[in-house]
Amino acid sequence: MASGSSIGVGVLFENAEVTTSGRPVLRRNEVECFLLSSVEFDSEDDPPRFTTLKSGNLILTTHRLIWIPSQSNGAVPSSISLAAVTHIYSHKKSIKSMFHSPRIRFQADPGAIVVTIVFRGKGDIDGFLTKFWECWRGRAWEEEEKSESETSRSGSGTVAQGLYGNDGTVRMVGLAGILRKEQEQWESTDKSLQDAFQDLNALMSKAKEMVSLAEKMRQKLLSAPSSQNGSTDDEEMGSKEEMQQWMLSVGIISPVTKESAGALYHQELSRQLADFVRIPLEQAGGMISLTDMYYHFNRARGTELISPDDLWQACTLWEKFDVPVMLRKFDSGVMVIQNKSHSDEEVMSRIRMLVTKTETLRAGVTASDAALTLKIAPAMAKEHLLTAETKGLLCRDMSPDGLRFYFNLFPEIDPTSQHIAKDFGTYGVWVKATSMLSV
Amino acid sequence: MQKLADFKLPPFFNYPPYFTLQPVRDTREKQIQLWKELILDYCKSQKIFLIGVEDDFPLFSNSAIDRSLSHEAREAFLSAIVGEGRAEWLDKGHRKCLILWHRIQDWADMILQFVRDNGLEDSVMTVEEIRTGTESHGTELQGIDRTILMRALKLLENKGKLALFKGTSADDEGVKFSV
Repeated sequence: MASGSSIGVGVLFENAEVTTSGRPVLRRNEVECFLLSSVEFDSEDDPPRFTTLKSGNLILTTHRLIWIPSQSNGAVPSSISLAAVTHIYSHKKSIKSMFHSPRIRFQADPGAIVVTIVFRGKGDIDGFLTKFWECWRGRAWEEEEKSESETSRSGSGTVAQGLYGNDGTVRMVGLAGILRKEQEQWESTDKSLQDAFQDLNALMSKAKEMVSLAEKMRQKLLSAPSSQNGSTDDEEMGSKEEMQQWMLSVGIISPVTKESAGALYHQELSRQLADFVRIPLEQAGGMISLTDMYYHFNRARGTELISPDDLWQACTLWEKFDVPVMLRKFDSGVMVIQNKSHSDEEVMSRIRMLVTKTETLRAGVTASDAALTLKIAPAMAKEHLLTAETKGLLCRDMSPDGLRFYFNLFPEIDPTSQHIAKDFGTYGVWVKATSMLSV
Repeated sequence: MQKLADFKLPPFFNYPPYFTLQPVRDTREKQIQLWKELILDYCKSQKIFLIGVEDDFPLFSNSAIDRSLSHEAREAFLSAIVGEGRAEWLDKGHRKCLILWHRIQDWADMILQFVRDNGLEDSVMTVEEIRTGTESHGTELQGIDRTILMRALKLLENKGKLALFKGTSADDEGVKFSV
């Protein structure tokens, strides 16, 4: 709904109506032209001619300058009609202005008050100024007056003319309506993107500050002598630890931490992980690779994901606590988490049962065969088979078909009586099994 | 049981892991032992004195199970035989291997026996005759590898049991026994 009269009568700043989500309510034919954040309206006169409007978003439309406060600190959205503007000062850039926030001045009635717009955020000031001039020169409000007086002359005006209905909303009729609708959608998307990026820009500049501050802290920690005379200053250590804590929570790994017994962050993570690990471990049959656990854990966390390095650190800390799980590294380099109670013996006996079956005596097993039968991940199965090979339970067969493992018959083969097929022992079983194939 | 010519192959010749050089030490040692015996037995039965590592030596592959020894495995097994003194590499590149399923000393003893059996104590013979002559028919000396024979003869020469002398050509190399 249009508020007030089109020309400020006796008032410089009018109240601007906004929607519940803080967007300005525009008048009929009013179009937004420019948007800037972190803008201040100042009176540079002494004494000031009006109260400063601090920290708000500036919206330039074809009809008005609208100011919407960014914080609800009691300030009210206000606007100045462009019709009230009498003069726009040109933007002189001087050496002095390089160090200050950019300012644009204009003069408005009533009272020929000079208003200074201070731009405290990032934005295209020159672009704004150009648009400001355009809109002011465009005098869009005068056309509106014309059509207003026309419709009022022609009667109660229940019949909507053109694009706009009587209540000021755009009528979506005909091709023009469709085009207009698309235009509006595009504009609103564009604006919300602009808004988002404004926020992001502000965030990024803050983040930069934070990181450089953290870097300074880190340097300080590094250079600070840890224990010169052998006695550590308790207070200093305390604040040092605090700093480490804080830096870790911001996501920066302190080099000092790696030397120490492990910062609190890693300790807590370690305990949390030990609890979490129980169920996936059970499901995986008692042994799970570190990479699989990384996936499970982060998936469960949802946000605040931990890095692979954090995970590994947390696992290595288990040695220091009394937890029922442990990190284990195979010869091949594969790292797994397993229950302390997990016994290799148990897995070995299961493998033994698998490979002494007639079929597998003859044909051997691949890692994937073993994975299926033992119900564990193929990478885990391979590790187990390799371990069994090292223990002498299995031996390997390498061929273009791939790597297979067989029950190790070598110990049972007696070189001095090679040609006597033993009737007992697995070798005998194997001989029988293979002799059934026509050779 | 499989056969290669008239040689009976042992059952484990059909065991696929037999054809893969085993990485685990204990297993490998057993495997090497089995291969050593097999190679020596086979060469003795077929009177094979020389194995080329890259040759199609029948023991090196088993078409029934579609497996064959890698170059690395062949060299490993032959080197093991060399290490035991039952074979010799003829070249630095380990491409040709002389198989001594009888040691040189054993061959030398056989020559002495041959000399006694045929009353050749003070006689002269060509080296070639020892190998292919009628006297050697049916004996182990028949068809003996020339290199091995020369080595055995040289060994006996050092012991004063004979004297080697050159003839007009290589074929006429001769031996004077003084057993």
